[in-house]
Order: sequence, then structure tokens, then C-alpha cells
Amino acid sequence: MESSKSSRWKPSWWRGRTAVIGIPYAWLLLFFLAPFLIVAKYSVSEMGAIMVEDVAHVVDGAVKLSIKFSNYVFIATDRLYFHSYMASIKYAFFTTVFCLVIGYPFAYFMARAKASLQPTLLMLVMLPFWTSFLLRVYAWKGLLDEGGWVANLIVWLHFDRVLLAIGVIEAQGQLMHTSFSLVIGMTYTYLPFMILPLYANLSKMDLRLLEAASDLGATPWVAFWRVTVPLSFAGIIAGSMLVFIPCVGEYVTPELLGGPTTLMIGRVIWDENFSNNDPPMASTVAVVLVLLIVVPLAIFNKYQAEAQEKRK
Amino acid sequence: MKTRTLFGTNFAKGFGRAWLAGGFLFLYLPMVTLMIFSFNHSRLASHWGGFSLEWYRKLADDTEIINGLWLSLKIAVTSATGSVVLGTMAAFTLVKYKRFRGRTFFSGMVNAPLVMPEVIQGLSLLLMLVAIQRVIGFPERGMFTIWLGHLMIGMSYAAVVVQSRLTELNPQLEEAAMDLGARPWQVFTLVTFPMITQSLISAWLLTFSLSLDDVVASAFLSGPGATTMPLVIFSRARLGLDPSVNAVATVMIVVVAICVAVASIWVARAERRRAAEISAAARDDS
Amino acid sequence: MSISADNTKFLQIQDVVKDFGGYKAVNHVNLDIAKGEIFALLGSSGCGKTTLLRMLAGFETPTSGRIVLNGQDLAGLPPYERPLNMMFQSYALFPHLTVWDNIAFGLRRDNWPRDKVAERVEAMLKLVQLGKYAKRKPHQLSGGQQQRVALARSLAKQPEMLLLDEPLGALDKKLREETQIELVNIIEQVGVTCVMVTHDQEEAMTMASRIAVMSEGRFLQVGSPSEIYETPATRFVADFIGNVNLMDGSVTVDEADHVIIDTADCKHYVGHGITGTQGMPVTVALRPEKIALQREKPADEYNCVAGAVQELSYFGSETVYRIKLASGMVLCASVANTERHRESAFTWGDTVWATWSPQAHVVLTQ
Repeated sequence: MESSKSSRWKPSWWRGRTAVIGIPYAWLLLFFLAPFLIVAKYSVSEMGAIMVEDVAHVVDGAVKLSIKFSNYVFIATDRLYFHSYMASIKYAFFTTVFCLVIGYPFAYFMARAKASLQPTLLMLVMLPFWTSFLLRVYAWKGLLDEGGWVANLIVWLHFDRVLLAIGVIEAQGQLMHTSFSLVIGMTYTYLPFMILPLYANLSKMDLRLLEAASDLGATPWVAFWRVTVPLSFAGIIAGSMLVFIPCVGEYVTPELLGGPTTLMIGRVIWDENFSNNDPPMASTVAVVLVLLIVVPLAIFNKYQAEAQEKRK
Repeated sequence: MKTRTLFGTNFAKGFGRAWLAGGFLFLYLPMVTLMIFSFNHSRLASHWGGFSLEWYRKLADDTEIINGLWLSLKIAVTSATGSVVLGTMAAFTLVKYKRFRGRTFFSGMVNAPLVMPEVIQGLSLLLMLVAIQRVIGFPERGMFTIWLGHLMIGMSYAAVVVQSRLTELNPQLEEAAMDLGARPWQVFTLVTFPMITQSLISAWLLTFSLSLDDVVASAFLSGPGATTMPLVIFSRARLGLDPSVNAVATVMIVVVAICVAVASIWVARAERRRAAEISAAARDDS
Repeated sequence: MSISADNTKFLQIQDVVKDFGGYKAVNHVNLDIAKGEIFALLGSSGCGKTTLLRMLAGFETPTSGRIVLNGQDLAGLPPYERPLNMMFQSYALFPHLTVWDNIAFGLRRDNWPRDKVAERVEAMLKLVQLGKYAKRKPHQLSGGQQQRVALARSLAKQPEMLLLDEPLGALDKKLREETQIELVNIIEQVGVTCVMVTHDQEEAMTMASRIAVMSEGRFLQVGSPSEIYETPATRFVADFIGNVNLMDGSVTVDEADHVIIDTADCKHYVGHGITGTQGMPVTVALRPEKIALQREKPADEYNCVAGAVQELSYFGSETVYRIKLASGMVLCASVANTERHRESAFTWGDTVWATWSPQAHVVLTQ
């Protein structure tokens, strides 16, 4: 039995409580849930001449529902959409992996640096984090475009041949608007999102656990894999979700750094809405995207809830 | 054997330093290049045409950017404030009220915008606002709708920041206040609020910068005459390299750098002072 | 039951139950506390003592039962309307306020005029001897100083009752001993009725005039410290407080002025009558300090037993011997070291005789 129900002196509590819960709840229902439901509705609607037609009509005194699933069928059968979904997941996956590979040692060494140095290091990571991500993506245009110094460096090192061989660029010397430029751009932009949760996790780790491991005979290498990494698992999940999920639906980076061969699903939704003026189609694509990321989303939500509990 | 390190001490130290250096290089070189080329007389990235301030001079007359900046600032200030208010309420709800109908659902809705791709959020809000407009003739797409979108996203970030601070708070502090005669509202204003002030400021700054920087949601929700600065920059960047963008970027990076540096130093100094006071007190335990 | 305002029933806890969805944290508890008493609720964690304290403070409401303070039924009163104050385990000092403002907090909530507030805060600071630290913030104080501020703050409003939640838990041993005495002095000086909660027996016995031993939501025994120590009501209480030797046996002779009890290793001659019958199974409880050790076999056949010294622990002020008896039971005897450098009379493996007086027993039936 909830204790608050049995107390008789909480009328003012109740009033305050209802408002504090109610206002954000109502807001979220109106501006988060309702839009989703509308998107779902649109995805099964007809596209009329200028507006989307209603799902339910009253015809001859009876309610007639015109729900069409043709959009979904279209997505399932058309190769373009399937390819875009797969590409989005693929790029997001690689971006996450690269962020982890670069970011984990980075966060680790930051956390193990001299205590007096750490605030400075943190500040230096915060700076890119606070800088507009649009500008940071744009920065890579200057680096990888024809004649940009990173492009020149890569060609000079003949590294572009390697990239061509793997298949991430189309033609020798042309590094822009390729899978390569896209993934580098996304890795670059999302790297702080991986570093910060990892750093938060690793810096709070009790170093005495490593001392205990060492005392029991573990070499530093073994202690790292058997103690540090498992303990930082929560941070790894947090960072990975913070990178992977938004990356799947990325629009700006593929638009600026990607090319015709790197069509990601964010771009598809954008084009359906703005270029094709087909909100139902855009909605359908969006619904399928949400279904795709629902599992990582659930993992993220679970992690958030657990992290809150642990903090107490 | 030093347990702080991965391998032998010297190797790990060297490796660590190299990795950190490399990482920071990776993080900063693109931005530094961007800033350097804002002084490039030539428009090309491949060719240095000499040092020049012309792009900055042109910036001063660039009405599109200046209007965009002004609009973005207005939206950012108001949406940050709204986000903090809503986010704090959501944070309170999640921390204080453990059992109410639909709590998991509520928690999911608060956390989702943190990671949900913006195209989905933008599209869904747009469609809903269009539907509402068809019924009641309001709102027109423009500054107000952009503001709504930013508020939606900002609320989640603010909630996370405030929530983490609230869970750290000693619940006995609020009980002590009540025990001493403070009514629930007084408990909030006199005890809880002063202790979360710092996190409220962080939340505000975070949602402010997110709003200032937002592209996708703004694009979906904007209307005629409501072009925010990021949208201006984005449309120019799509066309190719543009030194005016470099100039704006440099200005913004410098401003952010100064703010971050000042804030970090201030916080670090306050921490050090506090730690010194605590150890001084412990020493003269009477 | 009539609500009386007489001083022996200053606080009345009447059949209070706290049920957390099937789990009874407090299970039909009854208690009367006199005005000016320092009363301790003693028990290990999870026994319900903190829940009971929180019900007094108003942070939990009883599922059933009544709490009456000085004639006033506390039901329906939120914490901020109750005439009592609490000192929290973590002190809960407001970190953003100075010592002065912390103490003044409660007074200001009652809208006291400024000069009266100043007067009272100064008086409180003088009481706990922290006048010099008035302008400091809590993090600038040591643990002991923070505790005194917490005490001053909780006494500032001259509450009818003071509640203490594990008051000395956060202090180290030396500080604890000094603070115990100081705390009691201040409380008695102020004259406030006090209910404290603790898991530390020493704390309860030193500070309180009466103790309630609590377990699983019930009171096992309520009495003065010496009553509880020397006359425990049950095995559990005997074992909970201090060390005790428990020997099971049965009554072989039952007279009005003495009984004889046979236990596995020895015969006990108890110098007082007990309510019971011949043949009744009982447990004899014997405190270690009541046992004397000697090498020679005593003349008497009762109240003595032989064994081998299995362990000895030197505590400076006393030595505790663990003696293994014939049945396998280990008898614990504590001998005060009354002389310096006396070679420990006994060492490992020695055979010794343990003896005790006929008044040393407590006979338990539960």
C-alpha cells in the first residue's frame, strides 16, 4: 500500500505533486507522443492533391476507413529504401566502432593522468563538444576537398590506393563525397559523445580494485581486460548508444560530406518531405526507422534508469 | 609495479601521452585549419592567397547572417529558459515520485529525444503542427514553431542534467527543513533550489548552445522569414566552400573557447578553495 | 484510553503498527516515556527502530495505532507542525547556509522577530561552544563541530521532544566517548525529553536512562540499562547486550529461596527462587565478568566447572579467557588486570577451574 495514500495531511503535497508531474507529462504527450501518432497515421494515409486525406470518412452515414499500406509495401519491395536502411545502420555501426576504438583509450588515459592535469584535459575535450557541430563537419570539407591539405597528405602517402582497394572511395585522389569522408566526418563529430561518458565512468573507478588484482597476481594487461573494461561496461553502452542511435538518422553530415553513393535514411526522409512533397511516404520511412532503432532505444532507456538508481 | 598503468610504467606513460596527443590533434586540427583559412585571401582550400581580413569585413555587412544570428539568439535564450523549467519539473518527477501511473512510459518519453534522430523529431512535430494549423489556423510556421521544436529537444537534456544533481542530494536535508518548520514550497525555495542552482545554469548553457546550433529540426519547422543562422550556414556550406562561413566559424569558436576556458578556471578555483577549507577544518577537530 | 497529560506519560505510543505492503516494520508497539527522560531504541539494522522514530517525527504515518505527545494526538500533523525536532544521522546541515543561518532556520520559519532570533541563536551557540564559528559554512567545520551545530539547530526552537538518529555513528571512538558525555550534559541542561535510536549498545547504556531492545518490529524488553544487562528477559536480549554464557539445563530442586539447575557440565546453585516447576527446562545466563578463575579445585560442588584454556585475548584493562568444557561448550571468562605486569596467571592449554557466586546467575525460560 502506498504510504502517501494513508496519510491525511498531504493535501498541499497532492496539489503540488499533480502539477509537477502533470505539466511535463502533458507537454510530452502533446509534443512527443501525439506527433508520433500522427506520423503513424500519415504513413497509412492517401496523399491528396495538396493535403493528406483523412483516414476516416463518413460516407452514406457509415464510417469508411481508407487505410492503405501501399507505402509500406513499396518500402519493402523497393531496393533503394532497403539499401538506405542498411547503409545507415552500416555507417552508424562503423562510426560507433571507430569512436570506441579511438575514444576508449583516450578516456582511459585521461582518467589516469595526473589529477592536477585532468580538469585541463576535460576542458580541452569540452571545447569541441560545445562548438557547433555544423561547423566541425564543415571543417572537414576544407580538409578533404580537392587540394585540401589532408587530401593532399593522403594522396602523397598513397593511402588513397588502400582506400580505393577497400572500396570506400570511388576514384583515386577524390576523397570527398565518399564513404570515407562520411565516416570520418561522423566519427569526428560524435567522438566527444563517446569520450565524455567513458571518462565519467573511468574516472570514478576505484583504483584499489586494480591494486587488489595486482596483489592477486594479475599483470596490468590482464587487470585491464578483467577488471577495468567490465567495470566500464556501463560507460561503453552509454557512449555507444549516444553515438549509434542519432547516427543512424544523421542528415547534415551525409549531406555535406557524403555523396550519391552514401544515401542514408535521414536524407531519404528529408527528400520525401521537402523535395517530393510526400509526407505520407516520409512518415512511412520514419516509422520503419523508429522500429529499427527501438531495440537500441530500449537498451539506452534501461541504462539511463539503472544509472540513476546507482547514483543514489 | 604501478597498477595505474596498462603495461610497464614507461611504455604505458609514453603510449598514453602519444594517444592523448594524437587524439587532441585529431580533435583540433580541423578547427584550427578552418580558422586559419578564414584569413585566406583566396577562396580555395588548396591555395594560400595571402593573409587577409576581407571576409571579416564582409561579415559585418552580411545581413543574412546577422539577421540569422539575431533570430537564433532570441530563440536560444527563450527555448533554453523554457527547457530548464520543463526539464526541472520532469527531473523532479522522476526523482521524487517513485510510483505513479505510467512512470516508465514517462521516463521513456523524457529520455528518447536525447538520442532520437532529429529528422524523426522534426518531421513528426511538423506534421502535428500542420494538423493543428488546419483546425485552429495557428501556428504559422516560423520562429514560434522552431522555438517549440527546440523546447522539445532541450527539455530532455535539461532533465538529464538536473536529474543527476537531484539524485546526489541528501534527502535528509529536505526532511530536516520540514522538521524545522518549513512548508513544502519553502523547502523547495530555501533548500532544494539553492543547491541545484549550478546544475540549472549548466542545463541552461547546454540547451542554449544546442538551440543555437540546431539544423535539422529548425529546417523542418521554419517558415518564410525565419531563417536561423545555422540554416544560413548550412545552405551556404551545401554549395561548397565559402570563406564567409570560415569567418563566422572562427568568431564562434573563439567565443566558445573563451567561455569554456573562463568557466573551467572558475569552477576549478572554487573546487580547490573548497577542498582546502575542508581539510583545514578536519585538521582542527576539537 | 484517555489522553492524560501527566508527566510519566509525556509520550504515549499506543499499539502502533507500520505495515509496508505485507511487511510489518513496526508490529504492535506500546510505550510510555516520561518527561525529561532520555530513552533509547536499541536494535540491529532492520529491527524497525528508525521507522518508529520517523513516525514520531512525522515522515511516516502509522498504519494503525496512536502517538500522543503531551496530551496532543499527533495524527494528521505534518512534520513542520509537530512540536518536536530531530537531529539527523548525517547532520543534514544546509551547506549553502552559515552556522548562524542554519540554527536560525527553524526560528525564521516561525516568523520570529529579528532580535529574538539573534538572541536565541547566540544562546545556542554558547550552549554548544561554537560562538567563534558562527559565520562558517558546514564544509568548513570538522565532524564534531558539525554535530554540535546540528544539535544546536534542533534545540533552538525548544521542542517538547528531541529525536536523535544514531547521533554518534559518524564519529571515531575517542571522539565518541567525549561526545557521549557532552551530549547528555547538554540535553539534561536543557531538560528536554529525548528519544534516540542506535545500534550501539555502549551508546545506549551510557546515554539513556531507559532502553527498549527491539527486534523485528517488536519490543523485547524495556528497562534501565542495568535492568537490561543484569536481568535480561530472554535469551535474545541476554545475548544481544554484551557477552554472555548460556547454558541449557533443567531444574532439579525447586525451593522458595533457592533452586538447583543441572546443566551439561556443572550444577548451578541459584541463591533465589524462580517461578517455575521442578523438571522445567531453563537456560542459565552467566556474564563473563562474574566468573573467577583458579587453578585449585574449589571446595563446593556447585557453581564451578573445569576446563582447558583454549584462547586468551589481552585487552589491556582485562583479559578474556575462552575455556573449553567437557561437553565441548566454550565458557567465556573476563578477568580484570588489577596489577601491572602480573604474568598472565594462565596460558593456553592450562586446566583451570571457573567459579561464580550464587547471585551471579540469571535464569531464563525464553
